[in-house]
Formats: sequence, C-alpha cells, structure tokens
Amino acid sequence: MILMDTETKINLLATMLRIRKVELQVAEMYRQHKLLCAPHLYEGEEAIAAGVCANLRRDDYITSTHRGHGHCIAKGMEPKRLLAEICGKKTGCCGGKGGSMHLFDPAVGIMGTVGIVGAGIPIANGLALCARLRRSGQVTVSFFGEGASNNGAFHEGLNLAALWHLPVIFVCENNLYATSVQVRRSTSVEHIGVRAAGYNMPGVTIDGNRVDDVYAAAAEAVERARAGGGPTLIDCETYRIRGHFEGDDCHYRTEAEVEEARKRDPIAYWKSALVGEGILDEPAFEAMNAALDREVAEAAAFADESPLPAPEDALVLGGEPA
Amino acid sequence: MARTLKFVDALREGMRQEMERDETVFVMGEGVGPHGSCFKQTKGFCAAFGEDRCRDTPISELAVAGAAVGAAMAGMRPIADLMWIDFSTLASDQICNQAAKIHYISNGQVKVPAVFRMTTGKFRSNGAQHSGSWYAWYVNMPGLKVVVPSTPRDAKGLIISAIRDDGPVVYLEHKLLLQTTGEVAQEAYAIPLGVAEVKREGTDLTVVATGFMVRETLRAATRVASEGISVEVVDPRTLMPYDAETILASVRKTGRLLVVDEGFRYCGYGSEIIARVVEEAMDALRQPPRQFTTLHTTIPFSPPMENYVFPNAAKIADVIRSMMGAGA
Repeated sequence: MILMDTETKINLLATMLRIRKVELQVAEMYRQHKLLCAPHLYEGEEAIAAGVCANLRRDDYITSTHRGHGHCIAKGMEPKRLLAEICGKKTGCCGGKGGSMHLFDPAVGIMGTVGIVGAGIPIANGLALCARLRRSGQVTVSFFGEGASNNGAFHEGLNLAALWHLPVIFVCENNLYATSVQVRRSTSVEHIGVRAAGYNMPGVTIDGNRVDDVYAAAAEAVERARAGGGPTLIDCETYRIRGHFEGDDCHYRTEAEVEEARKRDPIAYWKSALVGEGILDEPAFEAMNAALDREVAEAAAFADESPLPAPEDALVLGGEPA
Repeated sequence: MARTLKFVDALREGMRQEMERDETVFVMGEGVGPHGSCFKQTKGFCAAFGEDRCRDTPISELAVAGAAVGAAMAGMRPIADLMWIDFSTLASDQICNQAAKIHYISNGQVKVPAVFRMTTGKFRSNGAQHSGSWYAWYVNMPGLKVVVPSTPRDAKGLIISAIRDDGPVVYLEHKLLLQTTGEVAQEAYAIPLGVAEVKREGTDLTVVATGFMVRETLRAATRVASEGISVEVVDPRTLMPYDAETILASVRKTGRLLVVDEGFRYCGYGSEIIARVVEEAMDALRQPPRQFTTLHTTIPFSPPMENYVFPNAAKIADVIRSMMGAGA
C-alpha cells in the first residue's frame, strides 16, 4: 500500500474538483455558443488524471487525447489558458491555433493532446527515449482510451517501449465507449491490462474511479520507470458520463446505465473517504468548493474578455512567421 | 578537399559528421544497426557511436516515426530511416498529422527537428509496392520540408542542412542514385534548403527535373546537344521550400519549359512548376509548357512494362525534340 500524506489527499480532491468545474464550464460555454467545435468532456474520469499526475514532476512529460482537458489541468496548465484556447482566443495556451483537441504547454511537460486516436503513444516513446539518452530522470505518461488499445499505434508503441525499457507509463482510460461503440463490440479482451503481457511489461487493471488506487498504481509505475525498470500499462476502468462529444444523443446507451454510473462518482467517493478519515469536514469542503468556483469563474471571464486572434495571426507563430 | 565519392558514401559522411558535431543527432530504423542499412547508408555507425545512437528498430514504421517525433520534441535531432517511401504510408499519421503540425498547433512552443529518410523510385523490378516516387504527397503537407538530392555533393550538403533544420524534413534518396559518383568535399558543408542549382546551362529550353530524373535529363541534354539543341537543366534540389526564382529566371532566358517528374502527373510536382511559371512568367513562354511524368498507373513488375511507364533519357530526348520541332 502506498502511503499518502494529508496534503496529497486533499490536493487530489481539489484537482478532481477543479477538472470537474472546468469541464462543466466548458459545457456551459459550448451551450452559449462561445466555442464552435463540440468538446469531448472528461466528467466522471477525473480520478485518473488527478491520481496519475500527482506522481509526476513538473518536467515529466504527458501526451494526451481528444478528451484531454483533465490531463492538462492535472499536469498544471492554468484553467484560464485552457478555456481561452478552447474559445479560440489569442491568450490561449496555443494562441488559438490548437483548440480543444490540440493543447500544448511544454513549460509544465504537456507535449500535446492529439486529435488522432492512439497517436500520442509512439510520441511518448520518443519523449522517453530522449529522457533516457540524456539520463534526465524524467518519465513520460501517455493517456489514451480503450479505443486506442485496438489501434496499431498502441501495439507498436508498447512493443518498442518494452523492447527499449523506456521510462513510460501507459495509462488506458477504459470508459467503455470508443465514440459510440461499446467496448464489448470492439475489443477482444475483457480487461485491457492483460495486453501488457503480450509485450512483456507489467500491467494492472484497476478501478479508475478510486483515486487512491490510481495514485498507488501510478506511484509504483513511476518509481519503476524512474529507476530504469521500464514501462507499465495501467488499465483504469471508468465510465464516460457525457457523450462522446457535447450534443451527442447517446442513442447507443440507456439513461439508466448512465445514472448507475453516476453512483460511482469519483469525487463523491474520495470526499467521503476523506471525511471518514477525519481529515476533511463539510466547512473545509465548502471552502475548497467556493475557492475553485471563484478560480473557474475568473478563468471563464479571462477567456470571455480575451481578444480573438487577428486573421493574419494564422501565419505567425509566437511572433515569428509561420 | 574534394574527392570522388559515391552518393551513398557522401550521404553517410554527412550524417556521420553531424553525429560527431552534435550529440543530439541519432539514427534509428529497421536494420540501421550492425547491418548498416539496406544500402549501407549507416555502415560503421554502431561501431563509431554505439547502439544508443544507431538504433535498430522493429519493422514498426508508425512507432519509429512517432519515436522520432517525440524525441525531436524533447530536444533531440533524430534521423528516422523508413527504408522505402512505400512503407511510409504506415507512418503517415506521425509524419503528416503530428510532425508537420505540432510546431504550428503549439503556436511555436514545440519544434520537431526530425529527419525522415526514405528511398524512392524505380529500381530493378521492385514492383508496385517498392517503387514509389510520391514526394508530392509530402510537398502537399504544410509543415514539412522535402529534399530530393541528385548528386553525391548535394546528398551530403542537403542531409547536413536537413539535420540542422528546426522542423521536420523528408529526405528522399533515389535507389538508382546511391551508387553514382561525384566530387564531394571532405569537410562538412551545408547546402541551404530552397536553393536550386542549374546543373547544365543552355539557351533553347529549360528542363526542371529532380532526383534521378536530373541524371536522365542530363543524358538527354547531351544527346540533343549534338543535334543543335541547347538545354538548360534546373534541379530544384528541395521541393519544399523550392526556388521559384531560379526556375523563372531560366524560363525567361530560354522561353520554353519542360518538367520531368518521376512522380505522377495529377496534382504533381510538375503541375506546380508549370502553374507557377504560367502565373509569373507567361509573357516569357514562346510555347505551351509541358510535363513528362511516369504514367498514371500502378508500377508493373516485368522489365519491359516497367521501362514503359517510367521516363528515361531516350524518352526525355524525344520530348525535347518534339518541343523544339513544334516551337522552332
């Protein structure tokens, strides 16, 4: 059992709550037509980003997915730069050139959310290879969904990472749906974690809605990677509460299924665990909640008030001609 | 000091000198290790630099290209050897969606100084899936630079520039050029990307040709010279960026343009050159420009058919004669 200090436990709750609030804010902004492209939201999966990234150094790398806002928040991107980017503003983390599916913040190790399923996996190997060649001690986490685990990038990527003992942690978020296709209809194995065996690397399947389990699995994998012990596959079983994208009619699943999944809410679980341990009480939670509400409201106002890029900024990168 | 080297030796010397100069440069690909690559492009690198910097990989084009992208993003200068351009389809997401776009979508925060090396073109009946010349695919993808050397000297100077470039570069080695020879300086030198070279001066007709077609066009030019036709041969050397000025200046001098292209005709490189010349130097053209390309078909295996679909010196000479006959 990995031990966590009280501060870490509280921070995990705050990170999950921050992600939830940012995502609900994005949904609201989309409803208000402040962004054109329907976003892919992370509600219900917050424990994975929070539990994994709590084990990372600032200079460790992540690659992420089209459903990547949570990973970016957990790795340290400021919510205001995230919201501004999603709204196409000049002040966004990529000056409005990336958008929701292409977020970068190399200063905190965010080496890209990608719009192509699985594409972050081979890139993570390259980031890790660089760290290995430089003996920097950095590790790389690649987040992806169970859909990507049926893709060539996953299989080629895991083989190469294991072959070269790269300091990578592959974090699969099995949220049961690859766009509209239920995992049983797309995937030959019951648990994605067993696929690690095919590549001679450790693999675990855990409850991705329990942030303590995620934190512990990630801690072990990160320690192994930093020590030169090579990659790990962590298969986090979770549920995608929202549609594939905002506006998805979700005809492929029942409302009852979603309601059942909501009962396993990762934030409610962890809040109740902390209250049970006596390290959090209702006033403290309310204070955290209110502080995060303010933070997200300020971020949203920043995004609202920020200017759009000039059309000709399309051909300028960070002040230089593109 | 210049001496005579084969194209493949010049290419190798350029890579080796950059690896000696800059420890962030490394090579990876299937067979680049102790075997030294298909055509011995990396012969001796393992012994000289160790397997960390000369990495054999599985036949895993997507993973190799992706590892190059990631390593480049983190500050290395990888050279990914994808062997045949035909195999690069398996890596095309990493080359076209990732490498080409990351600098842009990150708003300049992340650079991808990776080189993707591939061999191209006709070669000993290699057939439909080992004879590709699809450099126009990569030219058509903003964010990529595309290099097509035609001589040993260019092979060395351009690989050095490709490695030093801060963005992704597709470097294409024609299989029939690898054993050709030419003068190459011993010291490291960089030929800038985007600078054409006039490979032969002439006054009657400009032929723009790339890669192996430069060699075939020069042979054709020699043949028709004895018939009194003076051909100027312009080799762009890099197709993106490309040196339109040199091409336009040549056409303004000769008044005639032929583009010889081992790629396909439709939306091909020749189409771009002709469009640019028509847009900017129509007044200088004494007759319609032409392009002469590989036929728009799958590349057949059997030699008579293979030879039929590709351009060569004799066919190029015939096209030149017909243009001069028609326009003289």
